[in-house]
Amino acid sequence: MTVTAVPDVAGRRPAVRLRKLEDERWLAFALLSPTAVLLGLFIAYPFVEGVLLALSDAKVGDPGHFVGFANFAKLWDDNIFWTSVWNTFWYTGVTTVFKLGLGLWLAMLLNRHFRGKALVRAFILLPFIIPTVLSTFAWKWMFDPTFSVINWTLFHLGFISQRINWLGDPGLAMSSIIVVNIWRGVPFFAISLLAGLQTISPELNEAAAIDGARPWARFWLITWPLLLPVTLVVMLFSVIQTFADFQLVYVMTGGGPANATHLFATYAYQIGIGTGLLSQGAAVSLAMFPFLFAIVVIQLLYIRRVEVR
Amino acid sequence: MIEGALWRRWVFYNIPLILFVFVLLFPFYWMIVTSFRPDGELYRPWNAMNYMPFWTNKPTLEHFRYLFEETDFGRWMVNTMFIAVVSTLISLFCGVLAGYALARLNFPFAGSLGTVIFVTYLVPQTLLFIPLAEIIRDFHLGDTPWSLILTYPTFLIPFCTWLMMGYFKAIPKELEECARIDGASRWKAMLYIIIPIAVPGILSSGIIAFTLSWNEFIYALVFLSSPEQKTVAVGVTSELIRGDVFFWGSLMAGALLGSVPVAIVYSFFVEHYVSGLTGSVKG
Repeated sequence: MTVTAVPDVAGRRPAVRLRKLEDERWLAFALLSPTAVLLGLFIAYPFVEGVLLALSDAKVGDPGHFVGFANFAKLWDDNIFWTSVWNTFWYTGVTTVFKLGLGLWLAMLLNRHFRGKALVRAFILLPFIIPTVLSTFAWKWMFDPTFSVINWTLFHLGFISQRINWLGDPGLAMSSIIVVNIWRGVPFFAISLLAGLQTISPELNEAAAIDGARPWARFWLITWPLLLPVTLVVMLFSVIQTFADFQLVYVMTGGGPANATHLFATYAYQIGIGTGLLSQGAAVSLAMFPFLFAIVVIQLLYIRRVEVR
Repeated sequence: MIEGALWRRWVFYNIPLILFVFVLLFPFYWMIVTSFRPDGELYRPWNAMNYMPFWTNKPTLEHFRYLFEETDFGRWMVNTMFIAVVSTLISLFCGVLAGYALARLNFPFAGSLGTVIFVTYLVPQTLLFIPLAEIIRDFHLGDTPWSLILTYPTFLIPFCTWLMMGYFKAIPKELEECARIDGASRWKAMLYIIIPIAVPGILSSGIIAFTLSWNEFIYALVFLSSPEQKTVAVGVTSELIRGDVFFWGSLMAGALLGSVPVAIVYSFFVEHYVSGLTGSVKG
């Protein structure tokens, strides 16, 4: 009897478990647990660890002690840190305005019927698809002080008479980086906004045109308000990605010349990984958090308001 | 669309569009030309008389040879492919299940968990890379592909979950109810009825997840140290720049080849990619 009972028990156990999955709460628990484990281990835990690290004086190979807000106090007196803060805001602000403007323009150019439209749409997304580090190297090569094709072009068009050291001059370096970021971001804006434009019925525009509305008025009174919800979400993603950007600056200038082009992330990398002052680097990274948090909250509240209206 | 005379169409539509396409694609053209150009032509100053930017008379495969014979480029490609594929599969598995639960099941805190997923979707990698490097070291994962395979899902899962929630919400409840009436259990209805319908969504999330992991840089830069473990982006950055010397020809050749897998996947699934991208911003 006992021998036959063994397969019976083994056969029933999974059945009991599966019956539990009939209950939506158990099923939800089972379905969400792999995600919860991974996100808990590699987002929540590092976040707590990051806060503790930023409050200590840990270095590579030295766990360090609790020092309170000493790291942040040090950052407060650090000129390079304030340059990075200013750079990050400037970088995010300027690129977002241009990405939105140019992206919207490109979306409107694509929002009509013409031959080869699908092909054009596929090709213009390439800057967004191709790994950023790799395409940024192409730009760095184009900006090379001695071999620059941009200098050659500007010279032959008669705009300049001598070379421009795009990445060697502190002011120009930031502008060059901004150009590359805009180049990379415009396709994402254009394609997302194009999808938004396609949901707007052309009859609305035609009706307004018959009523005598000029193109500019049609844009501001019909297209823009209807496009606003999509625009805001696209901007939310773009602003956060840009604010926390690393790759582009790392490849183009590494934060130079003379620390003039650091963003939060590149400065955190230079201190934390480059010189091994883990706690100080973690503090720079973490200093990003209140700003990111504020951006997310403000944008989400605004999106909700727009969507309710 | 209301359009005017032929010249207006050129001035307002065609010429701006051509300019956009030109600027957006030129760096890739530049990448291709450079990677086939012999060093003798490559290192001519821009103001030299014989500077010939847009074409090369003596194309060479020398830079590609250097890449494969003098560096671990082949290994980097294999590493990157392995990491991208495995982390995408893990993220799809987790994301599809979580998306289903959040979109279609009733349970306490479903709404707030959805918000948590959306917020983690917005956490940038640069916020956590230093503590994460410590944790990776504590887990003895440093300098292995698993350090990336396990951490990439932190930004891929929230994305997949978010996208899949949208797809699952669009599937009518009745389909599932029919299956239940016919005797299918709760999870069988999910597995055999709902998930097959959501395949286009799964494909979109998978493709975007693959391109995102191929694109990732800072974790790979910080977690990997030995040359044979590196991914393409990190390998190219660290091994083709020696001090102040840039091996531009090989760098561009590496950038070109490193972009090919993503470009191929993208070209086969453009429509899925675009619908995933636009689906993710509709929210």
